[in-house]
Amino acid sequence: MIVAERKPFEEIKEMLKGYKKVLSVGCGTCVAVCLTGGEKEVAVLNAELDMARKLEEDPIELGAATIERQCDREYLEVLDEMVKPYEALLSMACGAGIQFLAERYPDKPVLPAVDTTFIGVNQDVGWYEERCRSCSACVLAWTGGICPVTMCAKGLYNGPCGGTDQGKCEISQDQPCAWFEIYGRLAGQDRLDLIKRFYAIVPWKNQKPRTLIQPGYKKPEQAK
Amino acid sequence: MKSGSNLEKVLRAGHFAFTGELGPPRGTTAEEIVEKCEHLKGMVDAVNITDNQTAVVRMASWAACLILIQEGLEPNFQMVCRDRNRLAMQADILGAYTHGVRNMLCLTGDHCMFGDHPDAMGVFDIDSIQLINMVKTMRDEGKFQTGADIEDPPKIFIGAAANPFAEPYEWRVHRLDKKIEAGVDFIQTQCIYNMDRFRKWIEQANDMGLTEKVYILAGVTPMKNVGMARYMQKKVPGIEVPEDLIDRLKGVGKKQVAEEGIKIACEQVEEFKEMKGVHGVHMMAIEWEHKVPQIAEQAKVLPRPQID
Amino acid sequence: MRLDYPTNIKIIRVPCTGKVDVMHLLRAIQKGADGVYAVGCLEGNCHYNEGNLRARERVDHVRILLEEIGLEADRVRMYNLSSGEGPTFAAYAKEMTDNIRELGPNPLKKWAKTH
Repeated sequence: MIVAERKPFEEIKEMLKGYKKVLSVGCGTCVAVCLTGGEKEVAVLNAELDMARKLEEDPIELGAATIERQCDREYLEVLDEMVKPYEALLSMACGAGIQFLAERYPDKPVLPAVDTTFIGVNQDVGWYEERCRSCSACVLAWTGGICPVTMCAKGLYNGPCGGTDQGKCEISQDQPCAWFEIYGRLAGQDRLDLIKRFYAIVPWKNQKPRTLIQPGYKKPEQAK
Repeated sequence: MKSGSNLEKVLRAGHFAFTGELGPPRGTTAEEIVEKCEHLKGMVDAVNITDNQTAVVRMASWAACLILIQEGLEPNFQMVCRDRNRLAMQADILGAYTHGVRNMLCLTGDHCMFGDHPDAMGVFDIDSIQLINMVKTMRDEGKFQTGADIEDPPKIFIGAAANPFAEPYEWRVHRLDKKIEAGVDFIQTQCIYNMDRFRKWIEQANDMGLTEKVYILAGVTPMKNVGMARYMQKKVPGIEVPEDLIDRLKGVGKKQVAEEGIKIACEQVEEFKEMKGVHGVHMMAIEWEHKVPQIAEQAKVLPRPQID
Repeated sequence: MRLDYPTNIKIIRVPCTGKVDVMHLLRAIQKGADGVYAVGCLEGNCHYNEGNLRARERVDHVRILLEEIGLEADRVRMYNLSSGEGPTFAAYAKEMTDNIRELGPNPLKKWAKTH
């Protein structure tokens, strides 16, 4: 899932300076699961903003709407009427959702209430860890299911570097060395041959905006 | 000859190589480099010029290399993968070669968080093994990474690092093998203090026939004091300092610790001279360049061979 | 047992403090309450194992939120006691009331009245 973190309250408050009527828009998918931007988080943020602005003798009228997904036109549609009376929209979706919202309502300022952080896993309630950088060229087949691009602090394709320290990364004792783990897992599977060869320079595929059209489907404008 | 560098000539002729190291200044004081050069002249076959060492900004490695050339010393241009993408790397290689640089050391580089710009983006477009291969492709095939031809390709003697003290130990020789496969000509190892571990590593490398494919220069850094030894032991990732070495430094009078450190280093050099698979020593006298003449003398590596 | 405790406290019963949500605490302050505190079972004695521990985390969270907003964190507190400790309950009620009196009235009260 996509994991996001709520922005510091001060930053959000600063963004909303001057606005008197704002709609907070939550997203019911990834950011709701990671407890950052779902219905409940919208309610907490609105309560905070309401109180803070009253304390400053500058009240703000806040609306709340949480839709299933902000990255999907189908779900955005329900907002079309709702957004009209508001001066600005405060989105609690990931960066993709925020942009899709802004794209749909180009005359409204759309402001981010969260920082999109990573694609990760749920280790426990409220505890998430990054696992994927969406590099568009997955190498997990030969790295024992451990991603060197994401989990190695230097993204090395031929690791481990000389900084590995008793299985930990040089950046922190809390960070396992990805290549130490790759070695360990492949050794356990008797597949070390996979990393004995030198892996050549990578043609990066994530240096420009990417589009995916599945076979048999067309871009929306082509489909019309 | 792959490059015709002095270091390459010395190694090819079968001499025991002796290289030094110099960190560029954190400013524009060329005199600082010139002064360090004075201590190294005639003492070493080539001098490594560090590249934003420990992720701290310093004068560009290639620029300091040029000053060395002016001073009549042969530089070994260190390049880390942290600060440049493949375009900048290839450009720097062309430029440095054009100005007379003939040796390179290809390194991954410490993570930015260790340095003075901890929030900088670490580039790591390619890694150190891929860098080795890039330099080799430029030299031997005369091609850029895209396959386009290079006019008058740069003839570089390609070096890399090896750390026998980082886990997993059993993997370290395979990593060396990968560097050889990528095209490395010589290796300078991490500072060696645990001689037992190093002996095991070189033995493994000998058994795999690796030391016949690559020149190995054993890394030595003399300890200046007990504090430095403790710091290296506790704080520097990938360096292993055995307790008995610290005991030995503690065992002499406070004023003799530095001399004892040099003595230990020279004993190491003596052993490396006899060790199968070791072709030289890389002496990293950190901010201690003025001691290099004494160390070279005491380690009996003088005079340095002159080869035309 | 007849015990006196301040009459200005409105008690809201919940099956377990684990049921108390950040929003409940926040809403109380937003609506003009001068303070709000959760009274849970003793730590280690939760019938649901960790309901009271969760409640403490939420209370701590709300205290941080209040400071972000510009209100005193001490308007929200958590106390723990066992069901047999009537006098302690009264003591905590007094302590909380004294604490709130010291902080003064909730400045949001005047906004709450206009609604």
